Amino acid sequence: MQRDGKRSMTGGQPLTVAALVSVGRHPVTGRPRRAEFDARAVELGLSLAPGEALRLVHAGARTPDSDSALRGYLGMGIGAVEVLEQPEGADVVPALEAWVRTAAPRLVLCGAHGETGEASGLVPFLLAERLGWSLVCDLAEVEAVDGETMTVLQALPRGQRRRLRVRLPAVITVDAAARAARQSAFGPARRGELRPLAAAVTPDREAEGWARTPARKRPKRLKIVKATSARERFKAAAAKAEGGGGQVLTGVSARAGAEAILKLLREEGVLR
Amino acid sequence: MNDIIRRDPRSEWIARNRLHPEHEAVLARIGGGAPVAQWMGPNGVLRRDPHAVGFIGPNGIRRIDRSGAQTASGAARREATAGPSRRLVRIETPAFLVAVVADMPGGRLSAYDRDLLGLARQLADGDGGGQGAVLLVCFGETREEGLGDAGVDRVVTFAGAQFAGYAPELRLTALGGVEHTHEPRHWLFPDSPLGGAELGRRLAARLGERPATQVWQIGDGRCTGRGAAGATDISRALPRIVLALPECAEPVTDTTHAAEPFAAPATLPQIMRRIDDLGAVAVDPAGVALAEAEFILSAGNGIDDWDAFHHAARVLGATEGASRVAVDNGFMPRDRQVGATGTWVTARVYLAVGISGAIQHLQGIQQCDKVVALNTDAGCDMVKRADLAVIADSSEVLAALVDMVEGVRKEQRDAA
Ligand SMILES: Cc1cc2nc3c(=O)[nH]c(=O)nc-3n(C[C@H](O)[C@H](O)[C@H](O)COP(=O)(O)OP(=O)(O)OC[C@H]3O[C@@H](n4cnc5c(N)ncnc54)[C@H](O)[C@@H]3O)c2cc1C
Repeated sequence: MQRDGKRSMTGGQPLTVAALVSVGRHPVTGRPRRAEFDARAVELGLSLAPGEALRLVHAGARTPDSDSALRGYLGMGIGAVEVLEQPEGADVVPALEAWVRTAAPRLVLCGAHGETGEASGLVPFLLAERLGWSLVCDLAEVEAVDGETMTVLQALPRGQRRRLRVRLPAVITVDAAARAARQSAFGPARRGELRPLAAAVTPDREAEGWARTPARKRPKRLKIVKATSARERFKAAAAKAEGGGGQVLTGVSARAGAEAILKLLREEGVLR
Repeated sequence: MNDIIRRDPRSEWIARNRLHPEHEAVLARIGGGAPVAQWMGPNGVLRRDPHAVGFIGPNGIRRIDRSGAQTASGAARREATAGPSRRLVRIETPAFLVAVVADMPGGRLSAYDRDLLGLARQLADGDGGGQGAVLLVCFGETREEGLGDAGVDRVVTFAGAQFAGYAPELRLTALGGVEHTHEPRHWLFPDSPLGGAELGRRLAARLGERPATQVWQIGDGRCTGRGAAGATDISRALPRIVLALPECAEPVTDTTHAAEPFAAPATLPQIMRRIDDLGAVAVDPAGVALAEAEFILSAGNGIDDWDAFHHAARVLGATEGASRVAVDNGFMPRDRQVGATGTWVTARVYLAVGISGAIQHLQGIQQCDKVVALNTDAGCDMVKRADLAVIADSSEVLAALVDMVEGVRKEQRDAA
């Protein structure tokens, strides 16, 4: 995908953008890393607000693992990540909300969901609700920002796009449809700063009673056969999964063949 | 006719006893005149009459069906009972409601929605204090006939142009109205992108309820859902709002419900619109990732005229795919390869032109709904897999297809 040239997206003063970043987990090795969707959110932020206008914030416990993961974002060319220190098992939303209220960005970017913990994808919704901001999910691209509104493309399933006009300030979630994040470079990752900030702590009482286990494989759904007699049951069990029920047109003219294909395309509604 | 089988032990006994004076008469009465195929001999040996086995088929040939579906000749054939009928369930005064906000793509229940309704039935019929009812909330006109068969007791429909397109705020207010008037005990949403996943989380944030997301199992007042991007299972007490994964429960199969319409909660307060839908954007099908393309025109070794193929893809608005041979020969880029070593595609329509259907290729199109094959060889595996196969030369048919589509477009343009 080509990077579009720098368009003047902000009328006058630069758009202030904040990206909420979390500590990810590699799906195969389990090692901490920058979270995939959050990194895409940062990438989007970099295209909207270069330099100081983009602020990154993370709320969570500080461990060597989380630090190394957060440095993954610094390696994208970010000067600093602000870290709201929260113990393990704290509800991070109030701390983030307080931070957003004081930092007052016009736009908050989030990944669609995290990769550790509950990863329910609720943080952007709670933030938008409590702040009274607009919320747009599954953003693919920001087309233009002007003063009070911005025009964005939202990703629909199957690669389709929808254009929306959104009133600012807004919370935006980003998932796999957004542009892939740039690589994290080692030098900037080392040089960048993890800036600890003190923040109020709200314990997450509700989550204390939850039982967490490694994901079990989900049972595969069996084909249910409602048969009244043994014969029907046998027939259903022995039936081939793919009966060659297809229609075969032999010895037809090219035109007749094309007509048949066209009819099917129309019925399926794929022809526009 | 009465279905109850009435046995007459005495005539059965006579039928077994070949030496009984009334034997023949009783046999004739039981067997409706047809000779019996087997009977117990006087010494306890089973005797058979091979000529009496089977029945005469439509073209005059004796057919013997040993599957057991046809009982030995003679026994009067009973009318096959009609397919299993569903039990009708009416819930007049439910103790509580379970609300389901289905995605209903195209106004019809999807398989996912049906799973969700099955889950709702579990919650409504469970022993948690009285009989509950399932309330389906749908946006836009419903075109679904079988709502009752899917297990819906009540329906609230928010029809109208204002709910069409992307109107999450308005839909949220509508759900707020349902919450206010009906106070459902549970809210169930499909955890599907841009459908229930978004609306459910919005509602949860609005109501201040903590939902359970990615739920795949519910039972005994607890639910289990995926956490940490699918790496863990989180089991917790069942909350009010549940966002469930596909196949979270079995769809309803043996009851049918009333699906009574409820009036939509009146006069929604006008909200300030923060998001305006400016409509769908035309996307270049060539830029759509192969894995998520809806309509793929795929080329194999049977294509000679590549320019015509690319032109056809453009005219049809299809995303291009290719078999490995087409890629190896340098006619198509590697990222267009479909199959085991390429991309696994999920297209709704897969049009395979000149592809023989090697197993490595067929693996990649397992999830396609409709496969159309265009091939000169009627015996190839792709034709066996296809829902529609046209046995003809690919370039001619593609050219005809392009002509027809362009012709229709031109007519439309002239008319407009
Ligand atoms: C380890 C391994 C991995 C592989 N992975 C893949 C993979 O991921 N994807 C993949 O596609 N293949 C894969 N292959 C290759 C695969 O086995 C087949 O060789 C390949 O799919 C055949 O491609 P084809 O159908 O285009 O060519 P062919 O088998 O040559 O078939 C050409 C077809 O076109 C028809 N035809 C010829 N002329 C015309 C005409 N004028 N009009 C209409 N029809 C015509 C012929 O009847 C024939 O059916 C793999 C093979 C191996 C060993």
